[in-house]
Amino acid sequence: MPIWMLDTIEVIINGLMVGVLYSLVALGFVLIFKASGIFNYAQGVMALFAALTLVGLQSGQVPFSHLIKAVTGIEISHFGWELPAIVAILLTAGVMVIVAILVERLLLRHLVNQEPIILFMATIGLAYFLEGLGDLMWGADVRAVEIGLPQGGSLWFENLTKGWAADSGYWGMYIDKLDITATVIAGILVVSLTLFSQYTRIGRALRAVADDHQAALSVGISLRAIWVIVWSIAGIVALVAGAMWGAKTGVQFSLSLIALKALPVLILGGFTSIPGAIVGGLIIGVGEKLFEFTIGPMIGGATENWFAYVLALVFLMFRPQGLFGERIIERV
Amino acid sequence: MRLTRTAALALATALTAGPALADLNFPSLSYRTGPYASGGVPFADGYADYFTLLNERDGGIGGEKAVVTECETAYDTTRGVECYEQLRGGQPLVLQPMSTGITYQLIPRMTEDKLPLLTVGYGRTSAADGATFPWVFNFPATYWDGASVAIKYLLDESGGSLEGKKIALVYHNSAYGKEPIRTLEKLSEKYGFTLTTIPVDSPGQEQKSQWLQIRRERPDFVLMWGWGVMNSVAVSEAASIGFPMDHFIGIWWSGAEPDVLPAGAGADGYKALAFTGVGDHYKFYDDLRQYVTDAGKGAGDGSSVGTVQYNRGIFAAMLAAESAKKAQALAGHANITPEEMRDGMEALSLDAAALEALGMTGFSPEIAVTCQNHRSAGKGMMTQWNAAEKKWVVLTDFIEPDNDVIWPLVEEDAAAFRAESGTVQRECPAG
Repeated sequence: MPIWMLDTIEVIINGLMVGVLYSLVALGFVLIFKASGIFNYAQGVMALFAALTLVGLQSGQVPFSHLIKAVTGIEISHFGWELPAIVAILLTAGVMVIVAILVERLLLRHLVNQEPIILFMATIGLAYFLEGLGDLMWGADVRAVEIGLPQGGSLWFENLTKGWAADSGYWGMYIDKLDITATVIAGILVVSLTLFSQYTRIGRALRAVADDHQAALSVGISLRAIWVIVWSIAGIVALVAGAMWGAKTGVQFSLSLIALKALPVLILGGFTSIPGAIVGGLIIGVGEKLFEFTIGPMIGGATENWFAYVLALVFLMFRPQGLFGERIIERV
Repeated sequence: MRLTRTAALALATALTAGPALADLNFPSLSYRTGPYASGGVPFADGYADYFTLLNERDGGIGGEKAVVTECETAYDTTRGVECYEQLRGGQPLVLQPMSTGITYQLIPRMTEDKLPLLTVGYGRTSAADGATFPWVFNFPATYWDGASVAIKYLLDESGGSLEGKKIALVYHNSAYGKEPIRTLEKLSEKYGFTLTTIPVDSPGQEQKSQWLQIRRERPDFVLMWGWGVMNSVAVSEAASIGFPMDHFIGIWWSGAEPDVLPAGAGADGYKALAFTGVGDHYKFYDDLRQYVTDAGKGAGDGSSVGTVQYNRGIFAAMLAAESAKKAQALAGHANITPEEMRDGMEALSLDAAALEALGMTGFSPEIAVTCQNHRSAGKGMMTQWNAAEKKWVVLTDFIEPDNDVIWPLVEEDAAAFRAESGTVQRECPAG
């Protein structure tokens, strides 16, 4: 094969892998929007908060240590132990469930039947609150995620593909081992969510609420309980996204900006479809990488941020509800 | 009623809080919150701690207490300008905005208000032309100096020739990131290397395309003008594709601990420019520990002492304090005004003996500011990350930039600014 063709295949494969990472973030948005009609502006910050908590708990950091020092004068920054990764992950998942309960108790419960824009504004407030809380609890230092995720390029794949080129001097194709791991985890997550949604009692209740709030309430489904469950699941998805992106970038406050990468995915895939989030992520990932590879050099590069939105807008013109979104039919 | 009166008293106290008239006012535009706080917190701590050292050890500067009032910008230009509006009434002796965006907004305002502006290693490069920018200073070095120092270092590494070599510049797609391009283009003509420029959109969390391009094109060296998360992602991606890390050099804003720690062992060997020494082994640290950190008077919890950004905070405060001392000597009194401070900055001279007296030999380059040259010699040095020991190591002495290339570019850009703004170049004494 000519090298340019192998390079193009490499770009497509890497675009698919990056797309999965975008999908991980988009999934959290979809879950909450599907069940409650709320566009959760805080989803990116939830990923940051979860990653900060994971790293903080694992390293044995004392939460609020700066505050404790400022108020009491007692300086205690570490417990003196480190937790195994799996324990830290489970504890962080527990923290995200507590966050979900508090969000329902302190925020959503008081906003039942309000306009969607009011609920959206509430999640903006929640985003800033969680960001400040994360800073206060764990500090502003940049930290690495050390939960045993593989890093670096796959030498096996590089060696395998090295001989595919017709010409000499080809280095082989590159795939990041972290991206492969993310793909596997995202696959497991989607299958689990689908099975949960289709074959469990709670899953059926979730779907009932998503279809029609009023009808679900009339058959005795607790809207509040459903909200707690959905926000908990979205929190755990945020933990997965935060850990994966944190492993790439380090856990730092700009991690919350990964939400910006999820928006074109949502526009393209639809706000209410889990498969839509996955397919949307893949299309955006491949689309932006191919555009940058082919057209980028002619127009100065750095096209990915804006091209993802252009691609999403093109889809929007033909399918306003997104590729897999529910068609909105208003009857008069 | 009593409660109302107490509240009113508290409000009045809060409103009038700030430096007393006799104090020397050195405000700190800090960013302890927001996406760049990991660098902003240690810098602000270092800045505050150095003035605490002077107050505790020397009783202030020339007998006057130094007061540091912090204003939080969150690295946001709008908030930075708001901070300036709050602080300008207090007649700050010098402002250091710690952001190129804020700097560009403050240059016309502070020139109008006749208040000195100091941008240490950032800001508008052509402000080095003191005849055009009398109120703006950018010692000890500018971005263009950084580009030149990096190329001079690579010349040394490559046996004195870069002929036929390929150098890629990975840069933050912003005015800051584009700063070195023109200088590097000039240097590529002079030394015969090929320059490829690769932009990364802010914030730079996803750089797969850029590093696949580098993997395909195999440049001999990669330079980076990054900031924030872009740095750590670039270092991780470079390590992932197996790029030789000792051929990867960042500007000083891509060379602090948060930029390399997330990549773990993969970051080992990565190099970065620096305009201050690294670590906490310099002589001045003995006093700093005795009078500030060990005495419980430090601004932070002590965990950032000796880090790159903390040292830069110390260095920025030292430059301000030494300028104030010079201003006091010139004015003949201790309670100087911002205009007298400006004169002190313009006459600042820190030779080897002065640095020795400060305990900063090897930590700070020698500084010599003049009316014409507000950036001093523009020297920088090369440092390298040791991942096993989690510390930066100094590789070289301070390297002088290629002034034959840099200064004509400074003059050209300053002339363009004068034409655009209608500013008149002032007369500077010869020499």
